[in-house]
Formats: sequence, C-alpha cells, structure tokens
Amino acid sequence: MTDASVLKVEGLNAFYGRAHILFDVALEVGKGEVVALLGRNGAGKSTTLKSIMGLLAEVRGTRSLDGQNLARLPSFRIAQSGLGYVPEERRIFTGLTVMENLEVGRQPPRQGAPEWTPEKLFALFPNLAEMRDRPGGRMSGGEQQMLTIARTLMGNPRAILLDEPSEGLAPVIVEQMARTIAELKREGLTVLLSEQNLYFAKELSDRAYVIEGGRIRYQCTMAELMADDAVRHAYLTI
Amino acid sequence: MDPAFFFIQFLSGLASASNLFLIACGLTIIFGVTRIVNFAHGSFYMLGAYFAYTLTQQMMALLGDALGFWLALPIAAVAVGLCAVVMELILLRRIYRSHELFQLLATFGVVLIVQDLVQEVWGPEELFGPRAPGFTSFVVIFGFRFPEYQLVLIAAGPLVLGALWLLFNRTRWGTLVRAATQDREMVGALGVNQARLFTGVLFLGGFLAGLAGALQLPVEPANPFMDVNIIAEAFVVTVIGGMGNVLGAFLAALIIAQLQAFGILVFPEITLVLPFLVMALVLVVRPWGLLGKPETSTSHGFAGDRPLRPLSRTQQALVAALIAVLLLLPLVVGEYSQKLALEVFIYALFAFSLNFIMGAGGMVSFGHAAYFGLGGYGAALLVHHLGLNMELAILAAPIAAGLGALLFGWFVVRLSGVYLAMLTLAFAQIVWSTAFQWVELTGGDNGLIGIWPSQWASDRTVYYYLTLLVCGAAIAFLWRASHAPFGYTLRAGRDSTVRADAIGIDLKRHQWLAFALAGTCAGIAGGMFVFSKGNIDPGSLAIPTSVDALVMVLLGGIQTLTGPLVGGAVFHLLEAYILPLTDYWRAFLGAVILVLVIAFPMGLAGFLRDRLTREESAS
Repeated sequence: MTDASVLKVEGLNAFYGRAHILFDVALEVGKGEVVALLGRNGAGKSTTLKSIMGLLAEVRGTRSLDGQNLARLPSFRIAQSGLGYVPEERRIFTGLTVMENLEVGRQPPRQGAPEWTPEKLFALFPNLAEMRDRPGGRMSGGEQQMLTIARTLMGNPRAILLDEPSEGLAPVIVEQMARTIAELKREGLTVLLSEQNLYFAKELSDRAYVIEGGRIRYQCTMAELMADDAVRHAYLTI
Repeated sequence: MDPAFFFIQFLSGLASASNLFLIACGLTIIFGVTRIVNFAHGSFYMLGAYFAYTLTQQMMALLGDALGFWLALPIAAVAVGLCAVVMELILLRRIYRSHELFQLLATFGVVLIVQDLVQEVWGPEELFGPRAPGFTSFVVIFGFRFPEYQLVLIAAGPLVLGALWLLFNRTRWGTLVRAATQDREMVGALGVNQARLFTGVLFLGGFLAGLAGALQLPVEPANPFMDVNIIAEAFVVTVIGGMGNVLGAFLAALIIAQLQAFGILVFPEITLVLPFLVMALVLVVRPWGLLGKPETSTSHGFAGDRPLRPLSRTQQALVAALIAVLLLLPLVVGEYSQKLALEVFIYALFAFSLNFIMGAGGMVSFGHAAYFGLGGYGAALLVHHLGLNMELAILAAPIAAGLGALLFGWFVVRLSGVYLAMLTLAFAQIVWSTAFQWVELTGGDNGLIGIWPSQWASDRTVYYYLTLLVCGAAIAFLWRASHAPFGYTLRAGRDSTVRADAIGIDLKRHQWLAFALAGTCAGIAGGMFVFSKGNIDPGSLAIPTSVDALVMVLLGGIQTLTGPLVGGAVFHLLEAYILPLTDYWRAFLGAVILVLVIAFPMGLAGFLRDRLTREESAS
C-alpha cells in the first residue's frame, strides 16, 4: 500500500430500502495504481462503486479523494472534484452523437491530472475517430464501451471507477480494452476496476480486493492472489 | 365552396397551431428533463397574457406605441420564466423523486393558487389588450381579408422551432438538456449540476408559455379561465407528439389546429371533443405518441406500499361501532348534518373506487370524475327526458358509468404511468365536452335540474339511510374484491408487470375489469349525488372534480383501505365549513395539496398509522 492514497474508503455501508447490501467496506487506491475489486455476480462490486460515486440514496461511511471528503456530496460534486465513473451498463446517450457524448463529459482542466481532448481520446480509441457524428444508439457494444470510458476521461479525472469494462464483449474486444487500460495506466491514471473476469484483471492490476456478500474478504497483491488457489476457489470461481 | 376560403381557413389553422405549439413545446421540454407533467403550464400562459396586459399599458405610455408594445411582450415572457424558476426552486425540487401522482397534483395545486391570485390582482373581467402596432390592418388573400397579426402568429411557431433546434443542437446547454432527457442521473455522475439544469429548463418552458400568452393578447382578452382551457389541449398536443419531443409537439399542434379549423365547418359541436378523440386514436396506434420513445417505468406502486391485511378483531369491532353510530346518527343530529353526512358517504365511495384502481391497480386516473358524472347524467337524463322515477333511473347510473369505464378502460389499460394518466384525463374531457356542448340533450353549461327522489325517499332521513345502504354496500363490495384473489392479482401486477406476466396472469384483463368496477362504483356515487342535489351540471365531470377525488385519496393515504373514507370525510367537511368563509377556497385547496404532497405523502391516515407503529416499536 502506498502512503499517497488517492482514493480512500472506510466503513462503507449501503442499503437498498431495508436491505443492507454493503458491510464496512474499506479500500484504498494509491496514485497511479490500478486496483481490482473482484467478486462474483451480486457480490457488491457495482454497489460499492455506486456508493462511492454518491449514486445510492442510503450510504454511510467515509470516502475521500486526495484528502477531500466526498461523503454527503451529490454525485455531480464528486465528479467535479475529480472522480470519474464508468458505469457497467455504459449508459451512452443514444440520441447524441459521439462528439456530443464527449461534450457532456467535458469538465475544465484539473491540476495534477492528465488533460484530455477529443483528439487525444481518438488517438487512444481509433474506432471512435471514424464515427464522430454517429448517434450513440447505432454503435456496437464494444464501441459503446470505449465511448463511455472516453466520455468519463473528458472530465480530466484524477481517478476513475471502472465497472466491469469487459462484460458482454467479444474476446478480441476484451483484449483491445485491456491494452487501452494499460495505456491509461502508463499515463498515470488511478483506477479502481471492478471485475469478475480474473484473467482480464490479472494483466492490469497491481493489487486486488476480493468482495463477497457485501464484505471485503481478502486483500493482497495480484501476484499473491494468483498464487493462492484456496482464495480464488472460495470467492471467485463459479 | 370556394377553394380560397379553404386556404384562409388553413391559414387560421396555422395561426392557432403556432399558439398551441408555443405552449406545448415548453410543456414537453419540461417533461422530457424533469419527468414532471406540469399542470401549471396553463397558468404560465395565463400569466403571460396578464403580464403583457399590464406591461403594454405602462410601456406604451412611456416609450410610445410600437417600441413599448414590442418590448413589453418579451419582458412579460421573461417575467413568467422567472415565476417558473420560483416554482422550481420552492416546489419541484422537493418532488423530483416522488410518484407521478404527487407531481401532477402538486402542479395542479399551483394552478389553483394562481387562479385566485390572478382574480385578486386583475379582477374577474376579461381584459382586452391593445392591437399590435404595425399589424393592425388586413391583407387581402384571394379576395379574402386576413388579419396581418395572424401572419405574425403563423411565423412565430416555425421561428421558435428553429431557435429551439439551434439551442438544443448547437449549444453545450442544449446538449446537456438532451442528455438529461435520456438519463439525468448519468449526466450528474459526469459532473453536471442537474438542479441548475432543471432551473434553466423551467425558465425556458415558462418563458415560452409566457410568450404564447403575451402574443395571444391582441387576439384574445386576458381572462381567468385561459389556464384550464388551454392546458388540456396542450397536454393533448404533447402526448400526441410524444412526451419530451419538440418536433413531435410541432407536428401534433399542426394536426390538431387544422382538424379544428376544418372540423368547425363540418360539425361545429365536435370542436371541444375532437382533440381528445385524436389523442385516444393516436395512443392506440402509437402508445408513446408520434415521435416519442417508450417509457421505461417498471413499478407503479407508491413508496411505503405494504401488504393489505384483513381486519383484526379490534378493527372489526371499530367498523361495527362506526356502522352503529352512522345508523343512530339521524336520531341525534338535524337535517343539515344528515345532508353533510350522506354527502360524505357519496364522496367516500367516489374516493374509494378511485383508490381501488390507484392503490391496488397502480393506475393513476386523472379523469375519475368521468364515471361519477356519467352515473349522475345517466340517471338524470332518464328522469329529465323519459320522466322515469328514481327507482328505475338510478339503475342507469352504474350501467352508464360501467359501460363508459369498460369502453375507455379497454384503451387505458394498454398504457401505463403518465401516459395512462393523460389518457384518463382525455376521456374525462371527452365526456365533459359532450355534456357541455350537446345542449339539446344535456342542457349544456346549465345542466339538468329538478332531479328529485321519489316521494317515499324525499325525506332527508330516508335518503340518508338509502345512501348509507347503497354506498356502504358498494364500499363493502370493493373492500371484499381487494382482499379476494382478484385483488392480490392486481397488486402483483402493480408491483411487477413482468413477473405477473411470467406467472401466467393476464394482467390487462384484470386491470380492465378493475377499471370497469371502479367506474361502476363511481357511477353509483354519481347517481346518489344527483338525487341528493336535485341537479347536475358539467362541473361534476370536469378536471377539478377528478382532482377533488385524488385529494380525498391523498388526504387519507393511498396505501390504506380506510384512507379514502377518512379523506372523503375530511375533504367534504373542510369544503362545507371553509368554502362559505373565504373567497379563496381554491387557493386554500391548492395550499392543502402542496402541504399534503410535500409534508404528508403517506396521507393523514398513513401518517398517523406510521406514528403509531413507530411508537409501538419504540416502547
């Protein structure tokens, strides 16, 4: 664990109505790190990310970004303070073109974070460059996944929450996605990556948290996790 | 007939299409982003006309006719936009997450308050505005004289459409609004302040409605009925076009205005009904309007819904005690109190029947007055035209209302959410327009009078017991149905349409039957109402009556079965004791609605019950 943790979460509890979903989740992501949040379907990965992002009505616990307290902030303030969110369902604005989708994500440049422009993003996602004026609704799943990441990067975030970027994509697209995230990591972006695809996460992540039943069960470096069959069998394989 | 005449008629149609579009486009933009159907949009329109009236007077004296007039109109529109902003900041912000019923009612509360305010400030008379400087004359088209100012109006619609297109497609703000129309939460997660976006949208919508009202001033005097007259048509245009779709609103405004312009030549009596007929037809073919997209609403339950339980021993004893008290009441109290009490029974049944489709069925009806009125008119027409006595005529009440509800319900259950509410409203307006315009049959605005009970029932106390018996039996029947498998099925469908489908429930059929039952029972209430009052007029079918029923249900609380009974009683007693005391009954009612929606969304009965259960669990 690094001293300069960018994103820090402690004692996170979340509720859907009367149902208690997350129990005292705690995690940290250091500057420039890619940290995986691993778990099966329904383990609480997406709920954790949404809770951090202020998208759930009932959340308790502390969350901070570069020392700034995020708890009690509405989600737009959290985004403005430099935390990007890439939703699992992608949530592309289907009636808007690629360029317009990027425009919605645009935020002013931020000190201490890479500054993104559409042109820089098109270099990273060459496919998107060829469909600037195409409506989001007429793109393939893989293209939409790239657009949703690009859209979030337009906010020049210090860190991003990336929710299952490999889900539902063809293997060749998954590989392409992995290369892109590796590229973002080289640019110095801090990433909290939620995944159930261990082999996708393995290539990219420095460390991992394993979540099950709304609780963090295990934390370790990626290498330790790959060496520990027992944990992988208990929490990750089906 | 002369083709040139048709052309002139077509031009008139274009002018009124512009007016309709200016109102409806703001309504549709506000709905698109906030998901709120804004009843108060008609009030914005009316305020635009009144502001323009006052401002043109002042500014034409100050700056000269031309400059004063043409500056006054946009200033009036901006002022209305600011009023809309105030409404957003004070009211809408608190209810964005509420059920659509609360949103509709809350904005209707604003309508009521604005009506009384306008009468207070400008008085009840029609106020004629100045003619538009520079456009006071006629142009001659194919030998017909056509007012120049109408040409201005014709141009206004396409100009505004073009300006809106530029705004939405060429500015960052417009892009954000379009994005928020699709997924406002995601827009927020990308760092956009939704609250500020919504405030801006309300300003734009209010500005457009205000502009429509101001532009209308040289054509039509400002009057305190402009709001309700226009809002129903604006809803129709919005729904036909597809809610949230500006271009759709433009097309729908053209269609409706042209149909009216030519319909009036063929069949003058149909003008009021026509828009609603078109809307019903369009919704059958395209349930989301011409250019609209399907709504993704899943649940139609209310926050805090909980299972209905059979009455406990104590509750059974309470009901028995209540019945005993009601049976003994005429021995203790005088005629006036008996009259009040029997009216409470009627309202209780009316509210209970509404709650049956709303609470258990999850269908928010904004036109339940249609069935109340159909029952009343059904009975009254037989007495008036055929001279039947009460015993026979009253049978027509449930039959007329039931058949109406069967017919309309077939369409209604095909929709859900806001579209369903709008369609019920449209059907109620069809019935209302018929009663209002078909003077030979219904007596028009004056209604039918002299509808009294037969000799044996004309005694107040006898009629009291008769009402208690009939309304009590109907309530007991609906109560039973709520606890029967039929009621369980309805509630299952309300909570999840998909899951109910998947376990083999033909939900539409159940909803249809529920709608018909509720309509029938509302008709019974209407029938009893007619013979207690001795007359009926179109007011019993109008939007305010539907809203009264909703307020009664809301007063009591939607989740409870006893709620509508409590609500009916509280509402009617308030009406009986407060209405005579004040000139501001509507504003009072509006304020009650706002308080209910914001502070007691569970209703009074629900609120008390929650307090009690909380104290129980605390002790």
